[in-house]
Amino acid sequence: MGLEILGLSKTFSGGSRGESVHVLDQLQHRIDNGRFVSLIGPSGCGKTTLLRIIAGLEKASVGKVLLDGKEMVRGSEDVGMVFQEYALFPWRTTLQNIEMGLEIRGMDKVRRRSIAMEYIKTFDLNGFEHRYPRELSGGMKQRVAIARTLVMNPRVVLMDEPFGSLDSQTRNAMQEFLLKIWLKRGDTIIFVTHNVEEAVFLSDEIVVLSRRPARMLERIEVAFPRPRDRTGEVCNHIRRDILKILEEEMKREEVRDEDHWNRLQSP
Amino acid sequence: MKKESYLLPLLLILIWQGLSSLYWIPDYKLPSPIAILLGLKDLLWIGMPPGNLLHKHVLYSLYRVGLGYGVAALLAIPLGLLMGWSPRIRRMINPLIELVRPIPPLAWIPIAIVWFGIGIQSAAFIIFLGAFFPILLNTIAGVLSINPILVEAARTLHATEKKIFLKVLLPGSIPSIFVGMRIGIGIGWMTLVAAEFTGVKEGYGVGYMIMTARDIQRPDQILAGMLVIGLIGLLINAGLRTFESRVLRWRG
Ligand SMILES: Nc1ncnc2c1ncn2[C@@H]1O[C@H](COP(=O)(O)OP(=O)(O)O)[C@@H](O)[C@H]1O
Ligand SMILES: [Mg+2]
Repeated sequence: MGLEILGLSKTFSGGSRGESVHVLDQLQHRIDNGRFVSLIGPSGCGKTTLLRIIAGLEKASVGKVLLDGKEMVRGSEDVGMVFQEYALFPWRTTLQNIEMGLEIRGMDKVRRRSIAMEYIKTFDLNGFEHRYPRELSGGMKQRVAIARTLVMNPRVVLMDEPFGSLDSQTRNAMQEFLLKIWLKRGDTIIFVTHNVEEAVFLSDEIVVLSRRPARMLERIEVAFPRPRDRTGEVCNHIRRDILKILEEEMKREEVRDEDHWNRLQSP
Repeated sequence: MKKESYLLPLLLILIWQGLSSLYWIPDYKLPSPIAILLGLKDLLWIGMPPGNLLHKHVLYSLYRVGLGYGVAALLAIPLGLLMGWSPRIRRMINPLIELVRPIPPLAWIPIAIVWFGIGIQSAAFIIFLGAFFPILLNTIAGVLSINPILVEAARTLHATEKKIFLKVLLPGSIPSIFVGMRIGIGIGWMTLVAAEFTGVKEGYGVGYMIMTARDIQRPDQILAGMLVIGLIGLLINAGLRTFESRVLRWRG
């Protein structure tokens, strides 16, 4: 049982200049329930598009996504998504942001408030319940965004470079926090990242994607136990492997995106 | 208030009063500040025409504005939300709006009188026209300014189109709606006074009061009436701003 990506292709047609962009190329993958899977790949290769298709925000051109054998429908309660830019509702307080999904679901105020307060506690947001997003730090905003998604109890949680804009200290803290939460809950997580170290630190499995159109280049099992030592021998070994795969991929067809390459190398 | 914000006006008023006291400014063209205040006192206690006191003029004017403005907001905000939300509805209605919008509200007076006769409905209709378009256009702009990622976030929280409308588009466009409401009330208030110049049935209205003062050659009361118009406009604006900063605390 799990999430199955079956022959998924995506072509965006008719942009402003009418040319079509081939983004995903026959992706085929299976993710068992409860696994933490990271997607890594050159920027612009189609990672966000893949998540958006799984989330039902975008339609696949060909192929489909199944969850436990059933095709996922748009707006399914089984999937939740955490966006790269937090995407918090600026007119809602921390508490109100976390409550949003329950409110949409039509849960009564007393119940949703008490559930949201539990998340406030777990997510270490005490004292900030009634603050608006503009008053929160980046790390806090991202915790609110994650809480807002998890409060709906999705079975599959999609995260699009959630820690990409955080400074490295906050980022490390958030990674450990996310692991703690996930180990308790056991949801399936599909985690897009630019950062190889992050992927190795967090995941059960890392999927390396090619440049656009994205194909699966490699699937790497990260079997060694947590808590992991970021700078330990095993981590570094896997990191080197992945960086090499990506380096080969960037050399292919002689086009190099220097900027992106540098970002991959810096932890 | 900072010193410089009242120092210059105070100085000008003093010079003005001085020139008037020396009879360098003819009283029948520009009465002195003191004469204007006395005129204001007469408006308050004697009325213009005598018996029609200032506060009733103001109340009638506010009533007309309130009616026209209220209807304008009630129609413009939902329509603006719809137009911002759906490109199709926007394309359908836009040409009509762009055609009607440049017609000054005052140019509607003749046809308003044909339709509604002279009276509160005509006046309210003119105000409505003045206030409607700024509110509508700002509401549309407000919806368009909402980050689409917020709509998607709501979608991944399983919001239906209706919920997205109520919980994302409406709150997200409120800052811009407020801008429209403030511009709308400003134009509405200006338009009203002008509309009242052309006549009122009830015998009350600040614009009507000023025209009556002109008919019997009381420039002090004309200017006092203008002062009242300015003060009320200022108070409305200040009130709306206070309300706005309460409601929009999230914007900081
Ligand atoms: N709605 C769209 N219309 C046309 N092209 C798009 C659209 N969305 C994304 N793309 C293109 O698809 C490619 C992959 O985008 P994306 O999935 O955001 O990449 P990644 O997240 O891996 O950086 C990019 O070249 C982007 O320009
Ligand atoms: Mg992306």
